Amino acid sequence: MKKIRSFFKFLGKIEALPVVAVLLIMIATFMITAPDVFLKYRIYMSILQTVTPPLILGLGLTFVITAGEIDLSFPAIVALSGFVFAWGYQNLDQDLGRAWATWASFGLALGAGAFAGFINGVLIAKVGVPSIMATLAAQFFWYGATIEMAGGRTWRLKGIQEDQVWEVFVRRIYGIIPQQGRAPIGVPTQALWALGLTIFLWFILNRHKFGESIMFIGDNANVARVMGVNVVATKIRLFTMMGIIAAFAGLILTLQVGVSYPTQGEGMLLLVMAAVFIGGTSIAGGYGSIIGTFFGAFIIISLEPGIVATKVSGYWVQLIEGLVLGASVTLHVIIGEHNIAAFSDRIRRWSTPVRLVQPASEKDSVHLP
Amino acid sequence: MSENTAALQMINIEKYFGLVHALRNINLEVGSNEIIGLIGDNGAGKSTLVKILTGVFPPTQGEFYIAGRKVNYKNYSVKRAHEYGIETVYQDKSLGEKQPLWRNFFIGRQVTYPLGFINVKKEKEIAREIMLNTIGFRGRGITVDSKVNKLSGGERQGVAIGRAMHFEAELIVLDEPTVALSLKEVRKVLNFVHKIKEAGKACVYISHDMQDVYEISDRFVIMDRGEIVASITKQDISLKALDEFLLGYAQGLKDKEHS
Repeated sequence: MKKIRSFFKFLGKIEALPVVAVLLIMIATFMITAPDVFLKYRIYMSILQTVTPPLILGLGLTFVITAGEIDLSFPAIVALSGFVFAWGYQNLDQDLGRAWATWASFGLALGAGAFAGFINGVLIAKVGVPSIMATLAAQFFWYGATIEMAGGRTWRLKGIQEDQVWEVFVRRIYGIIPQQGRAPIGVPTQALWALGLTIFLWFILNRHKFGESIMFIGDNANVARVMGVNVVATKIRLFTMMGIIAAFAGLILTLQVGVSYPTQGEGMLLLVMAAVFIGGTSIAGGYGSIIGTFFGAFIIISLEPGIVATKVSGYWVQLIEGLVLGASVTLHVIIGEHNIAAFSDRIRRWSTPVRLVQPASEKDSVHLP
Repeated sequence: MSENTAALQMINIEKYFGLVHALRNINLEVGSNEIIGLIGDNGAGKSTLVKILTGVFPPTQGEFYIAGRKVNYKNYSVKRAHEYGIETVYQDKSLGEKQPLWRNFFIGRQVTYPLGFINVKKEKEIAREIMLNTIGFRGRGITVDSKVNKLSGGERQGVAIGRAMHFEAELIVLDEPTVALSLKEVRKVLNFVHKIKEAGKACVYISHDMQDVYEISDRFVIMDRGEIVASITKQDISLKALDEFLLGYAQGLKDKEHS
């Protein structure tokens, strides 16, 4: 019994275990209901490509929500960065030459994202505008600005496939997995970038001063302030980081399709938020799970192809998405770290009546001299 | 001033919030191993005084010295206050509720590798050491990985006081640490304050509970409407007399208003 108990305790300590379980169950279900799609590798390659932009956005949003704030403006920054890149790609190459122009546009686009994020940060942290209002306004503003600057049309990136930037970020890598069929599909490079970014940002959130400050600010900004965290500067940095991350996601999206729409990123907002909340990040702030967001994004993105491949009516897609979102958030509440310990206690005391609430009695807690 | 060994000396401190004159002409000295009981009604300016002292915001005017060193409050901050050896324990905003204890011990001054990455192993080790030796948590069930929201009120204050003592504070400020605690928990907090005295540190203790203040303080400083109105050492007054003094003072003010 003791072994079982410690096993459950161990399970409770693994970050985002319920999310991984939900994803595995989901994929297993699709393998049964749509074996001719989900037992082949192609669908996974296409999921890897689709998941990258929302996943990257979700990683940034995890930080923002952990800090107890919200960002509604990132879809607009996705559009803005795509446009800035496309503009630079078409207009800078005469002065700089093709290769340099592309890299310079890439940097410009990231800079535009950083700028938009910085403005958000200053409005929220320095001026004191609630983040939901400031970023809502920013969303309208940057979409408007992008559509105006782009002249309302899509900008094509002719010949982008021959460029170094394209090679570095969105090339398909062949030969990693065994190829089947006539037209093989390689692993999308952007998925590797997303994976690398996930690992890097996990360390920033959980093992870096910046991440710790974010958690304390989300928990209680007053505590953070009196303990010496510079709340204003940290929040400005946070939103600037979110801007850069959103711009990066926008660049990946633009490179992927080879076109910049002034409305790209629309529809990402709720999708990305769902991924973050499925991942177990607390809407109240103070706790965020990068790993949870990682798998949450996969859950959200694999649902639609899974349901479509199962050949149930398309009307079911949203209903099932709602069910999965509800179920995983509920799971987080029930199978939290604490509750797994309580559950194992219950197993241990099979024969004795179950005490649901443990009183915080004196002898249970501390003994003072 | 330089030969002065007082833990803290405040001279002619003034503070305005816009048009509100929150502190007037504050002169306060705290000896190097003295426990001061700071008493006053709500709005008397105790918390404002504490916040100036601990670097949350600067005074409008005046100067203050910490252990004989003049504080330049133009660049004074909570971080600077920590460097000067001033630690604060607030009634309810000292600890992050959802964070584990080890993170709470080191927030704001982490033990880090280069580039700001936290040395978790080292931090947990020191946190364990503080819990065992400095504050004497020997009970079951609480480890450095425990979240703060599982601790009782007295234990939380113990953690905050232990943290202050670990970082070699010369002056520990306790801002109403016993509000909303049960008698047993209050007793624990008072024991922690006795440990501060034993360790040879100075302390400013703010509370509304006269009995607690009387028990642990060496001297009482009474504030009213932004001014220090009296400073009485413990030998000169009994608890009853102190109580009567405060009541009488309040009555006197009332009479003044009516006349």
